[in-house]
Amino acid sequence: MSEAAPGAHAGVHTDHHAPPGFWRTYVFSQDHKTIGIQYAITALLFLLFGFTLMMIMRWQLAYPGQSIPFIGKFFGDANAPDGVMLPEFYNQLGAMHGTIMVFLGVVPLAVGAFGNYVMPLQIGAPDMAFPKLNMMSYWIYFVGGLTMLSSFLIPGGAAASGWTSYAPLSVIATAGQTVWLFGMICLITSSLLGSVNFITTIFQLRAKGLSFMRLPFFVWAQLVTSFLLLLAFPPLEAAGVLQLMDRLAGTSFFMPSGLVVSGQPLAYSGGGNPLLWQHLFWFLAHPEVYVLILPAMGIVAEIIANNTRKPLWGYRSMVSATVFLGFMSFVVWAHHMFLTGMGTVISSFFQATTMIISIPSIIILTALFLSLWGGSIRFTTPMLFALAFLPMFGIGGLTGLPLGLAPADIHLHDTYYVIGHFHYVVAPGTLFALFAGLYYWFPKVTGRKMNDTLGRIHFWFSFAFINGVFMPMFIQGLAGVSRRLYDGGAMYSHAQGVMHLNVFMSVCAWCLGLAQIPFIINFFWSIWKGKKVSDNYWDATTLEWSAATSPPMAHGNFATPPEVYRGPYEYSPPGSGRDFLPQNKPEEAR
Amino acid sequence: MEIPYTVEPRPDTGVYNAKLGIWLFLASEVMLFGALFSSYVLLRVGATTWPHGYEHLNIPLATVNTVVLITSSVTMVMSWASLAMKDIRKYRVYMGSTVALACVFLVIKGFEYAAKFEHGLYPSGSTFLAIYFTLTGLHGLHIIGGIIVNCYLLGPGTRMWKTDPARFTNRVEVAGLYWHFVDLVWIFLFPVLYLL
Amino acid sequence: METASAESVRKHVRVYVTVFVALMALTLITVTISTLHLQPAAAIIVALCIAALKASLVAAYFMHLISEKKLIYAALTLTVVLFLVLMVLPVSHFADRGL
Ligand code: HEM
Ligand SMILES: [Cu+2]
Repeated sequence: MSEAAPGAHAGVHTDHHAPPGFWRTYVFSQDHKTIGIQYAITALLFLLFGFTLMMIMRWQLAYPGQSIPFIGKFFGDANAPDGVMLPEFYNQLGAMHGTIMVFLGVVPLAVGAFGNYVMPLQIGAPDMAFPKLNMMSYWIYFVGGLTMLSSFLIPGGAAASGWTSYAPLSVIATAGQTVWLFGMICLITSSLLGSVNFITTIFQLRAKGLSFMRLPFFVWAQLVTSFLLLLAFPPLEAAGVLQLMDRLAGTSFFMPSGLVVSGQPLAYSGGGNPLLWQHLFWFLAHPEVYVLILPAMGIVAEIIANNTRKPLWGYRSMVSATVFLGFMSFVVWAHHMFLTGMGTVISSFFQATTMIISIPSIIILTALFLSLWGGSIRFTTPMLFALAFLPMFGIGGLTGLPLGLAPADIHLHDTYYVIGHFHYVVAPGTLFALFAGLYYWFPKVTGRKMNDTLGRIHFWFSFAFINGVFMPMFIQGLAGVSRRLYDGGAMYSHAQGVMHLNVFMSVCAWCLGLAQIPFIINFFWSIWKGKKVSDNYWDATTLEWSAATSPPMAHGNFATPPEVYRGPYEYSPPGSGRDFLPQNKPEEAR
Repeated sequence: MEIPYTVEPRPDTGVYNAKLGIWLFLASEVMLFGALFSSYVLLRVGATTWPHGYEHLNIPLATVNTVVLITSSVTMVMSWASLAMKDIRKYRVYMGSTVALACVFLVIKGFEYAAKFEHGLYPSGSTFLAIYFTLTGLHGLHIIGGIIVNCYLLGPGTRMWKTDPARFTNRVEVAGLYWHFVDLVWIFLFPVLYLL
Repeated sequence: METASAESVRKHVRVYVTVFVALMALTLITVTISTLHLQPAAAIIVALCIAALKASLVAAYFMHLISEKKLIYAALTLTVVLFLVLMVLPVSHFADRGL
């Protein structure tokens, strides 16, 4: 705590500043904890916004062509005359829901918020390696987010070509797509700066004695995630630049020759290749799904070890699996393109890599399940969410296998089955893990714990309704209902048998929204009124818990640099007669 | 607690923070240009016809530009070497030349672009031109970025030489790594766009 | 490089000048060869080989990769592998597509 005793430090650093003012402390802060909180607040708001878009869409899916009650009149005649959603508006909501949830909600929360706040503390570092860069990452993300939001206000509305922005549709789309591209370039830049910072920090600023095999699994997850962001995002940035050129300079990178739209030949020189976009997009977007899931696994691992009071089962295999998974995720991208006319040899190749990459996920999930075995489990609120993560992610992962097998994918591709599959991964999977993390680290940030009763209400209702939303999607998808349909499939005869599910799913989605109210109340109430707790409320072993509650700002995480003597999960170590041994507690003479 | 290893290397990794940081950044740049290069290959292989670079582009100008950029890389590395030999005066000369050469590169590039536009050759004309303008344009943006950084190190940034010379030398080394990378990209762009 | 003494730096400087001359020579060679208008395959191979040679000179000597730390090598090896994956991308596109 350097502010407390400036005199003691005289001569050590000559440029000792006066305490920074309001702007430097809360807005343009360079402290990883403040930046982490900024990320958390922003990302949570985006998640809420993206979810709201979906709740509006669900009205149209449940009651196609009917006026949206209460709020319908606010969307304006261009979007919803008489409160009835137009197809163009539906497409905007769908594209923006996907984009916002993935790039503005989950990743910033999982990496920007949890990574930023927790990782440096867990490795015993005073801050990130490059604090200024860290601040820039946040603000570029913020600008990117505002850019995305602003596109709803321009003529023609927001991007409407899906979060995948497939060409040539996206090239000839309205101006919203250009804004989307600029927004994406901001978000990519922000992620790149962030990942450089994360990797450098983990390699360079680990505390004394904290070897790689003593790193908490969460840190490993963040490390691999950062490598994915670092090396997979640039190809999408390249693709974004090419699409911008197509839209603004009239080039034809993604425009095939002789394209005719609504009977009109297009004024493009042609010669491009729409599939090039898909290649580059999925070169990022497959690793991106691991960006969405790995930090979640990291959070769950921490919480499970802590609440079973047992070391993780197979820590080393989990680490190797994570590294292997990160690497493999670069060679599976074309499993999203089985139906683009590729031959059987290449299909088989990507089918094989896809099956291989499922193995490390299974290893991690199995290790987490086995960690429960024989533990004296504390059913705390974070633990409930972490426990729910396991089967939910399991469903998401297992339903992915048929999609990775080319013959099955012919039937399932682009149906609601796909939507069900990846939402099981990212919603009751990742989102639940993120909630678990919020409940778990809340006491570290605020010094108070969140209320358990409200937490349990939040958990059980969310759990019930989220399954109510996504489980029927498998049924619809297997029946052949396509995704991204304005009327949810009502115009197709093959969909008639499963249309009644739409109302049920929508009601569940709205109830899921209501189920978040206890969380929101709990969150704000606990910040000011929650029960005060000690620095190490959960009796945890990792370093962040040996730092003071809401550690002092300005690179002041630890009063003295911590030293590490053992692995991350020394719970109930045999023969010691203790419940847990913190990583930085020196060995006692026996 | 100050952030460690900003100047001296961490014993077990052997590098200081910024050195690792810039290499990671360059790794991502490799993937950026790699993706563009791979797009180029995909489009070229798929095209029915593809012009030779020399039919449309000005090889002598590009050769001069290659020489200019390589020279600027040498002056850049010399500016770092001068600092390592504690010679701030020479550093100024070399860094100044680096910036100047970078500007010459941009001016020549500007003439090249202008000539293309005069002949009605725009990015929208053909996939070849699209690739040419996009790749050289993006490379040009990298040059501009380098000029800004180097100007900072030549101007206000030099103050650090007085307070923390070791750290300043590191900064110049890191800026140099970036600059050599920009040179390296051009070394590939030149044959790929102009000569083939 | 951070521990470089003034003496060793002076040695470096000589290397830089040599590398500079080599780069100039290679530039000249590749431009000259291009005026011969070789078969496309041969032209591509020659031009890319010379470019790769020049690039490795820059990387090895100007960027000091010839004597870098293991960590940097490891990061770059990973990058090179993934770069190669990107280069295989067009192959994966055309192979077996029947176009
Ligand atoms: C928990 C609340 C959520 C609900 C109720 C929900 C619901 C939906 C629905 C019904 C669709 C299909 C739209 C259509 O096909 O027309 C959809 C699409 C999508 N959702 Fe969600 N979602 C939720 C959370 C998330 C999260 C957390 C993410 C990402 C991290 C996400 C990413 C996406 C993406 C990328 C699409 C686009 C799929 C496509 O392009 O076809 N969603 N969502
Ligand atoms: Cu995938």
